Amino acid sequence: MSEKKFSKQHEWVSVEGKMATIGITKHATEMLGDIVFVELPEKGKNVIKEGQAGVVESTKAASDIYTPITGEIIETNQSIVDDPGAVNKDPEGNAWLFKIKIKNKSELDELMSKADYDKFAKENTN
Amino acid sequence: METRKTALYEYHKSLDAKFVPFAGYQMPVHYSSSIIEEHKITRSEAGLFDVSHMGQLSIEGRDDLILALEKIIPTDLKNIKLNQSKYSFLTNENGGIYDDLIVRKVERGFNIILNAACKDNDCKIIKNAFDGKFNLKLHKDLSLIALQGPKASRILENITNGTSSLKFMNGKNFSYKGVQIYITRSGYTGEDGFEISIPNNIVEDFAKSLIAKGVRPIGLGARDTLRLEAGLCLYGHDINESTTPIEANLKWSISKRRREEGGFSGYKKIKSDMISKPSRLRVGIKPAGKIIAREGTNILSVDDQKIGSITSGTYGPSVNGPIAMGYVKYNFSKSGTKIFVEVRGKKYEAQVSELPFYKKSYVR
Repeated sequence: MSEKKFSKQHEWVSVEGKMATIGITKHATEMLGDIVFVELPEKGKNVIKEGQAGVVESTKAASDIYTPITGEIIETNQSIVDDPGAVNKDPEGNAWLFKIKIKNKSELDELMSKADYDKFAKENTN
Repeated sequence: METRKTALYEYHKSLDAKFVPFAGYQMPVHYSSSIIEEHKITRSEAGLFDVSHMGQLSIEGRDDLILALEKIIPTDLKNIKLNQSKYSFLTNENGGIYDDLIVRKVERGFNIILNAACKDNDCKIIKNAFDGKFNLKLHKDLSLIALQGPKASRILENITNGTSSLKFMNGKNFSYKGVQIYITRSGYTGEDGFEISIPNNIVEDFAKSLIAKGVRPIGLGARDTLRLEAGLCLYGHDINESTTPIEANLKWSISKRRREEGGFSGYKKIKSDMISKPSRLRVGIKPAGKIIAREGTNILSVDDQKIGSITSGTYGPSVNGPIAMGYVKYNFSKSGTKIFVEVRGKKYEAQVSELPFYKKSYVR
């Protein structure tokens, strides 16, 4: 897999060929608190960069998940729907959200590197 | 408006609190652990809550004060015992609720605990009703902390001897390092516990002595999940100026004598709600799956009619599932009634449920 790229909406993307795996960042889970509900897009759905592609809810509030890139949903992670708390434990690993067949690879260039994202996240805390 | 801080603010900071603005105060929403962890610790051990943002009002007076207070508070203040606390309200002309409160008989009159967001307005309402008689004192010098959980009693007994023999909704003065404090056996979590009214200048010392005995600090986040599991109302959400105590299913809190005699603000509407059944009722609601139905969510009947809406909803850590409260048309208020909640445009199965969601026996 490629190095992860990051969005301003606190999602990460990991690319393998034409396929991208997407999740939310550790920083996002720390901001959200205990995740108690996950709603993922349906397989086959076409999603558009920065469009809404799911929901995560903490005890406090519901938050939309946005897709950082355009494409077709080809797989979703049902294990986190059954056990939403897993997202807090391993958000940038096993608790990925969905996989997308990438439509336009150039969109990836607009995303941040790990170092840039860490800086962005730090500046945007509180 | 500048956000206010409680006397424990710096102590919260030292305990790694995450703050949120609440009713004009900077309050901890949680500490270094998560809301769910703090919730579970309160249910299994003991948790300490800073609730100093709440109003602590003292009014001195005798029989004429009882008469004056009974005109705005629908509980039996003639027969309340010394050091006994009662859950009640300030009602408006239409039978709605200005605020819910705890009223307590003390030596020189009454102490009333008010919600932070309402306390200033409450004082105006009470002053108006008194027409210049009686002095109101809203204590800025006092903090209020709550110690809640199955281990609360044993731990507190070690610090303030004699507290473990207090009965539920009863209190009295105790001494801590030579300073007078007032402790009642009460709370807002569904657990056994105590609420401690204590001078600002000694509250941190007292809190530290509890933490040293293994008590964990708990924020407003867990306070909300705990009270919802316990089926307790949050003012401004589950009750407000347009809900009557009868609609809110809080008839039990209006003393029998007051139900019969009336003589308080809004009695006409409250009496009519008691006789002819209210048009709607506050109920518990349990979604079938994992979906969380939050405040404002529409409640639908099985034949797709809107029958009410959710006033509080979250995930209940001890129930291990979503829980909610809301108002439904009276005919749909029976426990077990199948309903739907409409979340983000989709309908999800749910049912009307008994309150509380989580049961624990209080020490009486």
